[in-house]
Amino acid sequence: MGKLQLEHTLKGHKGRIWGIAWHVNGVIFASCGEDKTIRIWGVSDNVWTTKTILSDGHQRTIREISWSPCGQYLASASFDATTAIWSKTSGEFECNATLEGHENEVKSVSWSNLGGLLATCSRDKSVWIWEVVGDNEFDCAAVLNSHTQDVKRVVWHPHKELLASASYDNTIMMYSEGACDWDCVATLSSHTSTVWGIDFDSTGDRLVSCSDDKTLKIWRSYKPDEEECFKENTWKLICTISGLHTRAIYDVSWCKITGLIATACGDDAVRILKEDESSTKNEPTFSLETAEDKAHMQDVNAVKWNPKVSGQLLSCSDDGTIKIWKFVE
Amino acid sequence: MPTEIENINPNVYGKCKERIITENEEDENVVDPFDAREIFDLIRNINDPEHPLTLEQLHVVQEDLINVQDKNNEVHVNFTPTIPHCSMATLIGLSIRVKLLRSLPARFKVTVEITPGTHASEQAVNKQLADKERVAAALENKHLTEVINQCISMKA
Repeated sequence: MGKLQLEHTLKGHKGRIWGIAWHVNGVIFASCGEDKTIRIWGVSDNVWTTKTILSDGHQRTIREISWSPCGQYLASASFDATTAIWSKTSGEFECNATLEGHENEVKSVSWSNLGGLLATCSRDKSVWIWEVVGDNEFDCAAVLNSHTQDVKRVVWHPHKELLASASYDNTIMMYSEGACDWDCVATLSSHTSTVWGIDFDSTGDRLVSCSDDKTLKIWRSYKPDEEECFKENTWKLICTISGLHTRAIYDVSWCKITGLIATACGDDAVRILKEDESSTKNEPTFSLETAEDKAHMQDVNAVKWNPKVSGQLLSCSDDGTIKIWKFVE
Repeated sequence: MPTEIENINPNVYGKCKERIITENEEDENVVDPFDAREIFDLIRNINDPEHPLTLEQLHVVQEDLINVQDKNNEVHVNFTPTIPHCSMATLIGLSIRVKLLRSLPARFKVTVEITPGTHASEQAVNKQLADKERVAAALENKHLTEVINQCISMKA
């Protein structure tokens, strides 16, 4: 059994903290929340401090932030119905573009693996794909209306231009660019309530999802030529993890280095799951490695594994704190 | 706010007696966990959005339908809309939620749900009230917050 060690507790935001995001270099991260600001944190001599505060970009709560793969840009999704793009080209972070079009709250934002595309989703039930056409210039490439309810999260595939979205309508959808347009290519149904979080594993062949129904689900992609005789590419549910979480699960992060899964739950806990050694390809099994029951004083809203430092985990909460954890075997 | 009142003649019930405050409750040194009666006292005087009556007088909230687990930081409130198609159900539930969020210590997890079997869109309303992201977004709406504040404010 492993263990989570608390390394740092950081304060700065006023009120609820909704989102956290590691920079690709793993030594900087950003956070956002209901105080309408973004904080960029850095470390020196093992002390984490706010390096920059980005304010005045949004009129309402900032729900999520996402770094571009090149590390030069930061995108922020806000309840004010806009997405802002920040960059450091002049030395200081500045808001250089504001993407408008959604009818109401933008819930999530994500950059594609090569950084050429940006996806946003909203309570208006739509998913938008934006093409980066120049420095601070974005064109809308698609408006996808497949979901029937509030869309909570968008996440790109780690290697391909395949987009996944999760919704209040209990489903997950996948989109890719066909001959002429972007299309919904798969609908993943099984959760019995809102799907809050999704994350791919390092290969991109599997996806984990977390829900208000208190379960985690693992989905696998099958190609037509595989032994299972599928005619087309399809995503299939291969594992449901229930009984571990006592309230809604708001976020899930699948570590690309270690393969560990971390969850953020409304019961204040952070949990770490590991795939069993006896696990099989078509029916994998996962076990709880450790649970930090009182990780925060209130709901945990997000968890993110460090992309460079193995076992380092970020969490943030309604209690207004950010915590940095180290997972040790 | 609706132009027409949906339930023209609701049943009106009497108010319950004021709580008798015991000596122990006044003693700061005695640990006094939250109970159903205290939660009831916090929400019984919330005003109905369409009638000049309180939720208690309309039997929308009742002490029996409140469950408190102080040790587990849990408060569960069932509320009963006056009619099964009440379009005010979400607003009433939101008012109860906001009142409890403002009054109780942050450690409490507050669940507000429609009394099972008493509303046509019970599941949809419950799901919306349980979605803290949508509740947070709703509370950033100035107009809605004003309406909720009116419901919550005690009449002189």
